[in-house]
Amino acid sequence: MAVEHIVAQGAEHMFVHGLDWTTKELFTYPNEFIYWSIQIVMYPYMTGLVAGAFVLSSLYHVFGQQDLKTIARFSLVFSLALLPVAMMPLQFHLQQPFRGMNVMFTPHFTSAIAAFGIVFSTYAVIVLSEIYFVYRKFFVDQIQILKGKEGAADRFKYYLYLMLSLGAFDLSDRAIALDKKAVKILAGIGIPVACFLHGYAGFIFGSVKANALWMSPLMPVIFIMSAVVSGIALCMLTYILIMEFKKWSAIIAKGKGDESVQVIAGAELDVITKTSRYLLGFLVAAISLELLDLIFRGYTAMKSWDILRSVMYGKDFINIFVLQYTLGNLVPFIMLLIPGITIRRVFFALIFVLFGVFMMRWNVVIGGQAFSLSFAGYMHYHLPIIPHNLETFKEGLFGALTVAATPFVLFWIINKVTPSLEYK
Amino acid sequence: MSCSRRDFLKNTFKTTLATALPLSAFRMLSPAEVKAYTGDSSIRWVFLVDTNKCVGCGLCVKACKLENEVPYDTPVTRTWVERYVLMKNGQTHIDSPNGGRDGYTDSKIDENEIPADQITKGFFVPKLCNQCKKPACVQVCPVGATYQTLDGVVLVDRSWCIGCGYCIMACPYGMRFFHPVYKVAEKCTFCYHRIKKGMKTACVQACPFGARQIGNLKDPNDPVTKIIMDQRVAVLKDEYGTKPQVYYIGLDTNVR
Repeated sequence: MAVEHIVAQGAEHMFVHGLDWTTKELFTYPNEFIYWSIQIVMYPYMTGLVAGAFVLSSLYHVFGQQDLKTIARFSLVFSLALLPVAMMPLQFHLQQPFRGMNVMFTPHFTSAIAAFGIVFSTYAVIVLSEIYFVYRKFFVDQIQILKGKEGAADRFKYYLYLMLSLGAFDLSDRAIALDKKAVKILAGIGIPVACFLHGYAGFIFGSVKANALWMSPLMPVIFIMSAVVSGIALCMLTYILIMEFKKWSAIIAKGKGDESVQVIAGAELDVITKTSRYLLGFLVAAISLELLDLIFRGYTAMKSWDILRSVMYGKDFINIFVLQYTLGNLVPFIMLLIPGITIRRVFFALIFVLFGVFMMRWNVVIGGQAFSLSFAGYMHYHLPIIPHNLETFKEGLFGALTVAATPFVLFWIINKVTPSLEYK
Repeated sequence: MSCSRRDFLKNTFKTTLATALPLSAFRMLSPAEVKAYTGDSSIRWVFLVDTNKCVGCGLCVKACKLENEVPYDTPVTRTWVERYVLMKNGQTHIDSPNGGRDGYTDSKIDENEIPADQITKGFFVPKLCNQCKKPACVQVCPVGATYQTLDGVVLVDRSWCIGCGYCIMACPYGMRFFHPVYKVAEKCTFCYHRIKKGMKTACVQACPFGARQIGNLKDPNDPVTKIIMDQRVAVLKDEYGTKPQVYYIGLDTNVR
């Protein structure tokens, strides 16, 4: 009776996780499906972008790389916008999303995921305090300007900045120097924490001994390198887009006869060229490590190599060698190296770089589940495009797009409070 | 009120000390630790599968699904039976349609007719959770919702599991899945609710050929323990270091 009861009760909610998007080939165990799908691809991708954006801004604050000055402030604010989004895919992926907080209540520290909440919060605190110190002078200036102004919007802004300043109004030289020192220290602590945050995401995969593709001590380092690559690329890309947009909207406004508008310069080629050098450096490191991993697997040819080879060189050949290595790494590498660089060329190279890192995440997460634990069969992932229930929305194309779009919306909002781009 | 930096630091230190000392008398326990105190430490449940006796009737899978309320018509299952057919040309055919639930009555494998005169050997292998001594699934659970009892069985707390799937990924045997109704990690428990009361597991009771047996490794007089001690037995995938506790008689090198 109990069985009939549960079947009757569960029939409408019954959903075998993974059945909708997995097809099997040859022999796989009955319970094997693609359990970790697109959202788990998004998770390291978004975390990587956060870490990369932060590292880019720290290069200026800590190592005083003057050539990065313009983009440093922008990438710091952008990494704040990306921060909440790193958690989103995990939340989307949980079968019991309302219990997500349990990780903070009873962290089970033998698990690689358990400390993620702690590392992540530490990192969030660092980013927030760094932004506070960078913008404190700006907050106080705004308070001075808005003081005594009428109108609801101005009052609101006044109180908002009053709150954000945390009551520290001192703008003496000594205080400003202290702010700068604090920024430098925080950015200095932030680099290892950002790398740890992301290397940690790599460890989550690299430590799964049951998975022949994931298990590798190189995984955390590979993840960090590609994270920095993608973070820098996204910051540059967004920078170019915003600056060009501002330029064109100014030109159009002027064209319409609004003479008060000043025509501003678009993205500066100088900034872009210099930043892209750092990008190339990290890209080389990332590719070298990935190739080392691949060669090592082939050379040692452990038990799992037969099936891994058939996946890498056969079923996933296009994904790995064409889309990831060629289109995502080699093509932008050449594009950025050819002399006579232009903003447009960089723009397309950056899109390829971002795509390449995404494909790397895809090939790790989905590729790692493309073969059965029995080494005798394969599984194929079909990304749900048109959702027919909540599950296929969350773990489908539109769920992933929601995650991808959120940081831009957040950046738009945050940028209203802490403007991160200067226009000339 | 004035408060110098020195006073502030002093008071902060005092308060921290005053709260930390009484708190240190307590010990933080994870739910896994608390739950792990269930069970009897004088018992170590182990399983013995004699593959020579298995005919692939699938009654064990049926019994398990009904007993443990795993929706009958879903492909997921706590236990299953695999069929291996080895050919003269060295090819191996393996299948387990519906986990072998309906028995192997068809000689076709994956829609392919297998010529009987080309077969060198064929056999069935029942699979169930190995209740490992060092379970990878317990190690990776971020909230401690899965735990090992004192008598060696790995269980899942359905009220605490967040459904992240890390344990499913960590199991080298592919034993775990998400329960289609409860939406939490699900696995074979050696029918813990039954063995605790001195009954046999559903699959052991359903097996007409005695291919499946359960026993207590800590009892030297237990017939299962005697076989494990006296005879040549093997376990699955010991290279993962999880120390599986389901022992097999007649295991073949082709078994995955």
